[in-house]
Amino acid sequence: MHEMSLAESVLQIIEDTARKQGVTRVKTVWLEIGQLACVEQESLRFCFDVVMRDSIAHQARLEITETAGQGRCAKCSIEMPIAALYEACPNCGSYEIHVIGGDEMRVKELEVE
Amino acid sequence: MCTTCGCGIGQTLIAGHALKQPRKPGEAMRYRVHEEGAALAHPHTHQHGVLDGVLDFGAGAAGTHAPGISQSRMIKIERDILAKNNDYAAENRDTFSTHGIFALNLVSSPGSGKTTLLVKTIAALHGTLPIAVIEGDQQTDNDAARIRAAGAPALQINTGKGCHLDAYMVGQAMQQLHLQDNSLLLIENVGNLVCPASFDLGEAHKVVILSVTEGEDKPLKYPDMFRAADLMLLNKCDLLPYLEFDADLAVDYAHRINPKLKVIRISASSGEGMTEWLGWVAMGCRNATHRRTESPA
Ligand SMILES: Nc1nc2c(ncn2[C@@H]2O[C@H](COP(=O)(O)OP(=O)(O)OP(=O)(O)O)[C@@H](O)[C@H]2O)c(=O)[nH]1
Ligand SMILES: [Mg+2]
Ligand SMILES: [Zn+2]
Ligand SMILES: [Zn+2]
Ligand SMILES: [Zn+2]
Repeated sequence: MHEMSLAESVLQIIEDTARKQGVTRVKTVWLEIGQLACVEQESLRFCFDVVMRDSIAHQARLEITETAGQGRCAKCSIEMPIAALYEACPNCGSYEIHVIGGDEMRVKELEVE
Repeated sequence: MCTTCGCGIGQTLIAGHALKQPRKPGEAMRYRVHEEGAALAHPHTHQHGVLDGVLDFGAGAAGTHAPGISQSRMIKIERDILAKNNDYAAENRDTFSTHGIFALNLVSSPGSGKTTLLVKTIAALHGTLPIAVIEGDQQTDNDAARIRAAGAPALQINTGKGCHLDAYMVGQAMQQLHLQDNSLLLIENVGNLVCPASFDLGEAHKVVILSVTEGEDKPLKYPDMFRAADLMLLNKCDLLPYLEFDADLAVDYAHRINPKLKVIRISASSGEGMTEWLGWVAMGCRNATHRRTESPA
């Protein structure tokens, strides 16, 4: 989805932080992106570069940590790794699986000067 | 750009005027202008590591950044990328609840019948309660014009290359619409089954519209949207006799993704199922009004 507006949101977070903490330059940006967050990493990298141009994070390095999808079955309560939202519970066959991890999109950390 | 919907940075317009952008970097934050026009035309090759290590473009004029003498420090952030949008959405939701406004966010692929449904809904509810509409499209004022012709105030947001409405745009549009107390606000999102799923606008419910001229497996192909919605309208049911579309299967797939999803089969053209939909809307409006009078701000 809209990797471009995600990159813009990342820039806002960076700028908010930079303003508060007297940062002059951002060198590295660590993001945590869940497998179920439907973000194309390559596309996000490209958009990141475009959006960060001429900003305080110009040419910053982008590090993405991917977190695995994790679900819990609403019927039998077992927890399981999930790769997609429409998978059935391997234990009882129910499709009512609640996502308990792997849908996050977070700015984790910055390396700054 | 964005691989799913091809969106990019575009200028958002509300009723033809540029949006006040709180998000543009202030001048003080600008780093420096660099390689005019170079990077936009083609993808970067991701060689920043090399550039950083060897040339260190950001180090300033006099090469004060000798290797080994790094003034780098780490800052922990742990902030959700959509946090800003969620803050704006919370503000909108606050406004809705203090004014007893029932707000719906209508989402679907292009052409599944959102505007037709809105026009019919406005006609049916005419005189029973105040209704306003926010229309989101990449280009044109056509849909807002159709709504105004149906008798409701409408504001068009053109997202340019953007693929979805966000809470900030909607907040700006709400101010211009002068929403009435105890009214119904219908927001037609950009025709796109992917991106609007992630952007909370502050609405009471997302309503996903699936038309029978699309595939039964749309819910499996676009699960996020069907998971984010509380109501699915299966539209264009007047066409079922002419198609091979298996309506039960479509509903079944939708329930796999979201077992709690309420489904109403309708035809915006023939009026089939409209009574149930209108009843659902009226109940939402009553509850919104009720909550307001019970907890005066
Ligand atoms: N047969 C039939 N046609 C319908 C129905 N609802 C809408 N249509 C037709 O479908 C086409 C698209 O309808 P719109 O209401 O413009 O769809 P939309 O979702 O607003 O489209 P975008 O805003 O472009 O995404 C029009 O030609 C409508 O007349 C219906 O219930 N039955
Ligand atoms: Mg429309
Ligand atoms: Zn998008
Ligand atoms: Zn996009
Ligand atoms: Zn189970």
